[in-house]
Amino acid sequence: MSKYAFFLGCIMPLRYPGIESASREVFKSLGVELVDMQGASCCPAPGVMRSFDQTYWMAVAARNLAIAEKMGVDGVLTICNGCFDTLFEVAHKLNHDPDLRKKINKILKDATGMEYNGTVHVRHFVELLYRDIGVEAIRARAKSGKNLKAAVHYGCHFLKPSNIKKIDDAERPHVFDDIVEAAGMTSVMYKDKGMCCGAGGGVRARTPDVALKMTAENLKNMTAAGVDIIVDCCPFCHLQYDVGQVQLKEYKIPVLHLSQLLGLAFGLEREKLGLEVHQTKVNLPT
Amino acid sequence: MVEVKEPNPEFTRKVIDAGGKTVNLCFQCGTCTGSCPSGRQTAFRVRKVVRRAQLGFEEDVLPSEDLWLCTTCYTCYERCPRGVEIVDIIMALRNMAVRKGYMAESHRKVAELISKTGHLVSLRDEDKALRKKLGLQDVPPTVFSSAQSLEEVKKIAALCGFDKLVATGGKS
Ligand code: SF4
Ligand code: SF4
Repeated sequence: MSKYAFFLGCIMPLRYPGIESASREVFKSLGVELVDMQGASCCPAPGVMRSFDQTYWMAVAARNLAIAEKMGVDGVLTICNGCFDTLFEVAHKLNHDPDLRKKINKILKDATGMEYNGTVHVRHFVELLYRDIGVEAIRARAKSGKNLKAAVHYGCHFLKPSNIKKIDDAERPHVFDDIVEAAGMTSVMYKDKGMCCGAGGGVRARTPDVALKMTAENLKNMTAAGVDIIVDCCPFCHLQYDVGQVQLKEYKIPVLHLSQLLGLAFGLEREKLGLEVHQTKVNLPT
Repeated sequence: MVEVKEPNPEFTRKVIDAGGKTVNLCFQCGTCTGSCPSGRQTAFRVRKVVRRAQLGFEEDVLPSEDLWLCTTCYTCYERCPRGVEIVDIIMALRNMAVRKGYMAESHRKVAELISKTGHLVSLRDEDKALRKKLGLQDVPPTVFSSAQSLEEVKKIAALCGFDKLVATGGKS
């Protein structure tokens, strides 16, 4: 049985805790043990914090990595594209650049007494599902899924930058679609699939109207393809589609994080999925 | 009268040292702008940001709103035929811009929250109640549960001068 440090981040535990409980249940049922990272913080967010001060961004991320390193686990599991991006990218830099690691470790040691030794493997949950669990195991487990037309939204930082992440083709990916289909859904092609939800890079905080215009364009394209649901793999994209539809008033497409979709397909109790806090109502055929 | 601006290689050097090492590879093809989801909705043209960084036009690029319209989606970065690491250049420029006081109040507030609490989202009573209802620990096992961890995160902010940056918004 594999064992991972479970990185919570901010938006999942605080705004969509249903994604957290669904993830815990889904990974338990697939035989992956998740261990809490006591005292972890924000990753910190790649869009805003990296934009302000890259040294601070790396030092706080290194603290999170150092906590995981001490746990003696197979790696860190992230449920969010933003957390994945920060932890993966900072681990990549620090694992490969001893001089930079020395510089960041000086700050880390002064502040915490810990050092990061450059050994942590950072995983995105979709990548772990695809590579370690496998599509067939998910298909075998997913007995309760209703066949719905799904708009799969990869978001940006799961696959990109692809030169270091090396998970799938950034222009024509399939790993996430394959899992959604294994859960009994039909993944529908839509115009400009792969476009950003609009929220990243601090754009949602600074110019929410610009972010919402990008969201609206995606929603228009998804609607034209006749989808029943949106499936995301990132609580921030999730928030942008869920709250964005209420702000735009025009659209009412239920938004599910992949962990919630798998929860439904695996026949987990609906109460464990926290769907009632979604602002865009999740009315699905039962 | 046409005004000809002189390039400022010193500023270009700063961009390169701060992570924009590929900036001089750009040959202005515009693939980046053509790929940019943000540029579809606004007048932001990322090709021009790269050009200004390349020529060292500090006064044009650092105060500009354009710098903040990038969602860091990496589409341009993936497609650039010259391998220009565009997002890294934008990050280097943004880091310099905030140190010059170009930090939006909305951003300063987010930064303040994380430097004071270790998270960028607050923990409200309703969040605790919902977590409990879902069978989760009401306070997540993060910095929220550990005063020592919070101290550590605050110390990192102090050592990087990040606490001062968010207190002043970069304005000295
Ligand atoms: S795609 Fe690359 S080479 Fe072309 S203009 Fe943009 S940065 Fe320059
Ligand atoms: S990374 Fe930024 S500049 Fe490049 S395409 Fe995306 S939003 Fe545009």
